Amino acid sequence: MQLGNLVNGVRSKNAGPFWITIDVFCGTPAVYDQLLPLLSEGFVADIYKQPVAKIKRFELPDLHVLKFSFPRPVVQGSRYDSDMHGAQYSVLLAELEMPDAS
Amino acid sequence: MVTRVLVPSGVLGLGFDRTALAQGIKMKPDIICIDGGSTDSGPFSLGTSTSKYSRAACKAEWRDLMKARAELNVPLIISSCGTCGTDAMVEWMYDITTELADELEQTLSVALLYSEQSAATITAKHTQNQCRALEPEIPLSATEINACEHIVALAGAEQIQLALQSGADIILTGRATDTAAICALPIMRGEHIGAAWHGAKIAECGALCSTNPISGVILLDIDENGFTVMPMATDARCTPHSVSAHMLYENSDPNLLHEPGGILDVTQATYAQLDDRSVRVTGSQWHPAPVYTVKLEAAKRTGFQSTIIAILRDARYVENAREWVQRLSGYLDTEITSSLQLDQSDYSLEFRLIGVDAILGPLENKTSSPSEVGVLGIITASSNELCEEIAKLINPFLLHYPLTDNESLPTFSFPYSPAHSARGALYEFCINHVIELSNPMEVFRLEQRRVSKHAAG
Repeated sequence: MQLGNLVNGVRSKNAGPFWITIDVFCGTPAVYDQLLPLLSEGFVADIYKQPVAKIKRFELPDLHVLKFSFPRPVVQGSRYDSDMHGAQYSVLLAELEMPDAS
Repeated sequence: MVTRVLVPSGVLGLGFDRTALAQGIKMKPDIICIDGGSTDSGPFSLGTSTSKYSRAACKAEWRDLMKARAELNVPLIISSCGTCGTDAMVEWMYDITTELADELEQTLSVALLYSEQSAATITAKHTQNQCRALEPEIPLSATEINACEHIVALAGAEQIQLALQSGADIILTGRATDTAAICALPIMRGEHIGAAWHGAKIAECGALCSTNPISGVILLDIDENGFTVMPMATDARCTPHSVSAHMLYENSDPNLLHEPGGILDVTQATYAQLDDRSVRVTGSQWHPAPVYTVKLEAAKRTGFQSTIIAILRDARYVENAREWVQRLSGYLDTEITSSLQLDQSDYSLEFRLIGVDAILGPLENKTSSPSEVGVLGIITASSNELCEEIAKLINPFLLHYPLTDNESLPTFSFPYSPAHSARGALYEFCINHVIELSNPMEVFRLEQRRVSKHAAG
């Protein structure tokens, strides 16, 4: 099963021209608790090939949300940008194969 | 006291539900606020000082809002006119306003708040160490500042309050933070300052904080203790989840929002379902900053571009698209540098493989077997003419270049003629700083004009 099937939604978006932010809406406390240890700064840094020190991670237990922000690898709209709104970054987390529950 | 703010949608030009607007008018708001700006579509708008949205769409929506304002006799504000909020875009919005005043036979007092900055102003701030870099730090120098096509500062609540105090019917602002117009009046009237900024953040995208985002219209009641938010479309609901989740949206930090003059802190905020459709929020905090700062946005021109697209359908080429494009790139670099007598640093030629990894590039981790692959060539150079020369030079090779030396020449698909298109100038956001101000109006300018039926001509 992929992470995207487990949660309510994963979205990414620019937070201004210089940042990407990714929200994982876990949906339930159980899924939130399951993802909490998995989605560490280091894990997310590896997926997005970013230095771990650049990843800001926020735990929002009331919303069952995990949020990650990091400086855009290329500035929005500059020559080598290929995703103006940063909205497709989310798929890499959404398509993450989850370890079997059994 | 309660200050009631009607927010028709997240941005002028995107549309809103007219029935929901009518419902909002019935609620007798104290002010109508709509945003006109964003950096979300990229640096082109600021680089060229143009609106991203259609003028006709903006005018049609502004007509409804001007009629609503006249009916209610309350102020109407649009912040960040024309997407980028340059001086020319404030005038653009002013022209629309005068045309409509004429058509609707309205006599108005209009305040225009200008946010655009000269290179000299910003250079002086830089020299005086009143320019503070934000993370990630973009190097700033006098040369960089002078290279900017346009620089704007984001106004906060104070500058808009000054415009409100002038008694204007309509306020057109240059670039401002998304929240500033919405919270200006409530703060001025002594409502809870944390609630005003927080409510403004929740409402700034219109009904995006509700279960029916496209309906647009949101009503915000801000008082001395907190705020209540409710959607105006009858099929929309605000829930503690839809409202609190909106703090995450386009924010790198879900708890703190840096604004001119301070920081909104929602760590202690609580969200309660008030009735079926409204949410009550309390506990939002405002931490005043010791020094008043405003953020800058700027765009510089970094070259010109042409694009060219070829589509591969031949299965062998589809399968080996990456290898083919690498071989082609090497060949083309030699051709371009020798035929056009260019150095490799004079241009860049990038091929993106649509169907393979055109979006995620080196981050892509999925391999699949598409039936076809689009090869998007992006040429960047110092002029349109040079881009076109390079496009014309590479055209036949993009059409016919073989995967190996010993095979007959293939022919791929060009989807139209000519295969290349000039994209014009390329811009880049180039300043990520705040400037310190001695008073909020230091770098902003306020002007008032009287508009009546015959003034438009």
